[in-house]
Amino acid sequence: MRIGVITFPGSLDDVDAARAVRLAGAEPVVLWHADHDLRGVDAVVLPGGFSYGDYLRAGAIAARAPMMADVVDRARQGMPVLGICNGFQVLCEAGLLPGALTRNSHLHFRNRDQRLRIERADTAWTSDYVEGQEIVVPVKNGEGRYVAAPTELERLEGEGRVAVRYVGGNPNGSLRDIAGVTSEDGRVVGLMPHPEHAVEDLTGPSTDGLGFFTSVLKAVVGA
Amino acid sequence: MTQGLSDLDTGPGPLSHRLDTVALAESTPDVEQPYADLGLKSDEYARIRDILGRRPTTAELAMYSVMWSEHCSYKSSKVHLRCFGDLPRGEHLLVGIGENAGVVDVGDGYAVTFKVESHNHPSYVEPYQGAATGVGGIVRDILTMGARPVAVMDSLRFGRADAPDTARVLPGVVAGVGGYGNCLGLPNIGGELLFDECYAGNPLVNALCVGVMRHEDVRLAKAEGVGNKVVLFGARTGGDGIGGVSVLASETFDAEGPAKRPSVQVGDPFTEKLLIEACLEIFAADLVTGIQDLGGAGLSCATSELASAGTGGMHVDLDAVPLRDSTLTPAEILMSESQERMCAIVEPGKVEEFLAVCRRWDVLATVIGEVTDGDRLTVDWHGERIVDVPPRTVAHEGPVYERPMQRPPDLDDLQADDPAALPRPQTPEELAAHWLAVVASPDGADKTWVTEQYDRYVRGNTVLAQPDDAGVVRIDEDSHRGIALALDGNARFARLDPYAGAQANLAEAYRNVAVTGARPLAVTNCLNFGSPEEPAVMWQFAEAVRGLADACRDLGLPVTGGNVSLYNQTGDVAINPTPVIGVLGVHDDVRTRVPTGWRAGGETVLLLGETRAEFGGSAWASVVHGHLGGRPPAVDLEAERRLGEVLRALGREGQVTSAHDLADGGLAQALAESALRYGTGARLTLDGDPFTALFSESGARAVVTTSDPEAVRATAEWAGVAVTELGTTGGDVLAVEGVGELPLDGLRAAWTATLPALFGTPEATVGSVPAGTVPTS
Repeated sequence: MRIGVITFPGSLDDVDAARAVRLAGAEPVVLWHADHDLRGVDAVVLPGGFSYGDYLRAGAIAARAPMMADVVDRARQGMPVLGICNGFQVLCEAGLLPGALTRNSHLHFRNRDQRLRIERADTAWTSDYVEGQEIVVPVKNGEGRYVAAPTELERLEGEGRVAVRYVGGNPNGSLRDIAGVTSEDGRVVGLMPHPEHAVEDLTGPSTDGLGFFTSVLKAVVGA
Repeated sequence: MTQGLSDLDTGPGPLSHRLDTVALAESTPDVEQPYADLGLKSDEYARIRDILGRRPTTAELAMYSVMWSEHCSYKSSKVHLRCFGDLPRGEHLLVGIGENAGVVDVGDGYAVTFKVESHNHPSYVEPYQGAATGVGGIVRDILTMGARPVAVMDSLRFGRADAPDTARVLPGVVAGVGGYGNCLGLPNIGGELLFDECYAGNPLVNALCVGVMRHEDVRLAKAEGVGNKVVLFGARTGGDGIGGVSVLASETFDAEGPAKRPSVQVGDPFTEKLLIEACLEIFAADLVTGIQDLGGAGLSCATSELASAGTGGMHVDLDAVPLRDSTLTPAEILMSESQERMCAIVEPGKVEEFLAVCRRWDVLATVIGEVTDGDRLTVDWHGERIVDVPPRTVAHEGPVYERPMQRPPDLDDLQADDPAALPRPQTPEELAAHWLAVVASPDGADKTWVTEQYDRYVRGNTVLAQPDDAGVVRIDEDSHRGIALALDGNARFARLDPYAGAQANLAEAYRNVAVTGARPLAVTNCLNFGSPEEPAVMWQFAEAVRGLADACRDLGLPVTGGNVSLYNQTGDVAINPTPVIGVLGVHDDVRTRVPTGWRAGGETVLLLGETRAEFGGSAWASVVHGHLGGRPPAVDLEAERRLGEVLRALGREGQVTSAHDLADGGLAQALAESALRYGTGARLTLDGDPFTALFSESGARAVVTTSDPEAVRATAEWAGVAVTELGTTGGDVLAVEGVGELPLDGLRAAWTATLPALFGTPEATVGSVPAGTVPTS
């Protein structure tokens, strides 16, 4: 099982995402934003960071990187894609996920250990959890406030596409406490919190994040 | 200030409007030059004329003025700092003082480089950018040594917490430290945040960076090999930060003076992140023979230092420097402190490959000159020679002053003002109230308001971070080898006795590293003082340096490098002497690290070390009585060393579940922090007078918890460290005989409320969005 991790200029958590993939039992594959070669990967992770310094809008420039055209094509054919933090922002900017991430309501960057509820345990990236399960993973962002038009929010809720929700306090003012959403087919997931920072007892607040990376192994085998 | 330079260097016309070339300087010896405006004294100017055998050109004057500034030349501090170089190198030092940062062997072929540096004056003028570029500068220093930067720390000091100007400066500084470090992908693993009236108008922003490399990857800043190319890479050169070192870092702020904002640099962490990755790829492919970052004094510093440390000759074609602003004069280009720039010496055959790596990372790289035969640094502009100097005279042979020193006249009175005379709490209620006051004071309070703005997780190797006593970072995922770092600088102790104060700070940082179970290896320092032109300040400085050097010798630790920040004063009021000391330690296996908080009930709480009645410079005296006087706690380095050995053994053998150093606020602060970390209380009985037990700040002490008190006692007593059993963990109160019960809820409320109340509660507003802000994607 090969899972690609794309490095954009300014990506920061690419080493962390690769480590999480490895700990989950898959082979991490380094992908470079400027290439057009997905190197035969079965799934892709867009890591956290500040691609292009968050200039213009967070994720806006990376969404137009050469590699993203390939990612969008393959995602539309069902390849699992996970966007974490800046990766979530890129997925929204690339049109693979609805909504947008804006400046935190309190205007500060905030890093804390955050309680989350898994709302959908049947996506490619969350099947190792059970619906309603609460997990703790770090959240860290300055522009993580999820917003969408009211009709869009209603549609997302109606279709059950809110994958992860903040509980025990909303760290950034996201509408309806939305921490992550999924595509209609459940193959593409984006979330602001960082499951790749909760994969080892030694370095994380828990190992609750590992489930995202083990889930996708089954999703690809089963596909 | 730059007006004088611009006048001379713009276009044709009479003398004052012509390009000032070496030829012109030779033919017009009597032109008046604005050396005083550039911060040079008249005898320094005379020496430059003497060195060159003529008057300097405008560009040369600019170079000398920035390189001979206090910030770059260490002209007042040099004579004192020599004693660090005289310390035994020890078995772990790979590169000592003199390079961009020292390098230490941490085992298994790994080398660690670390250094702390000040960006005090810029952070007062423009808090966000000043602090941000402080982080950027120290990260480039670490990168320049050949290392991958792996973590940062920040040691911050501001005026009174409730002063209006603190509300202006602090949020910007914190956002700047976070904004830059977060965007570089470097975890912030700890530091300090302290307040004192003396920093009003002179906040201290000290940033530390630590990097890791293999022994064979160490790089040095020197230009060797005639014909090798000088490559400038990174950001374009702009008009920001011109004269930053000479204007900001080397002069006392004057309330009447003009706004200094144009002298502060503007940071772009995205460019620096690309620079880091490009440099590491360049190092891995072995494409450079020497490298230097551009920090204070910009191109003047990088070129003269590279040439001076190498064979001596270098030629630079200034027209090749990529500019952000085409109207810059050559002198301004040489002085600009635009950030995110590096300068490399590259063999001609490797230039193409070097440029290709830079292109891959979208980093602008330009050949601007080459290493030459001979011993002159020459610079051309529009085909004319504007600089022709011996580089050593610019970089390494600046003025050295033995400034007059005098023990501060008020010191006797200050030391005689013993806190023993202060009214002490008489009843259990008063004891509890004083305890709460210390813990809830701005210095003692929870620092989450600050540290939440920093990324502590990035790179996935952070094992401990604030509020633990030291930051611990794993450097090898297979062997679990790791490092520990602490920064400490108690300025109240240093004000009462700079010699003992500097030693106490070293001891505290040493202890903070040791409580995690690490073996302390090496020392860095950032020495923040007032104006060296005041004999009392110079005396404080010399005493602190002497104290630190003596203590390092006693503990067998080398000083690997550091930074001096002088002129931290407004008018004739200097800050308290603030030697901030960093200690690096090594963990053979980070899985045995010891955290600070109490997690489980039923464990025995033990105090290691001896408590004496020492309240001089204590948090209690300061918080409760606004008092600073007497003598600081006695420093017993032998006791510190023994305590460190015991803590390391306890960690290695897994005999303790937590350990917390005792420092500011004494046992009172340590107990509160240990209990609040995971919400586990304790029932305790203090030995002797509860006031002394709680508030004394005697050194060489730590509080530990264990499920095997006999084993701890045996280990400690074997090393000659006193052990006092205090009680047992458990419950949701801190119950202390003779003091009463402090419910953790109330304690937490007081401890966490202080900083948000002062600087705003950044609570999320959930729900409605203002109209017009909803995107339509």
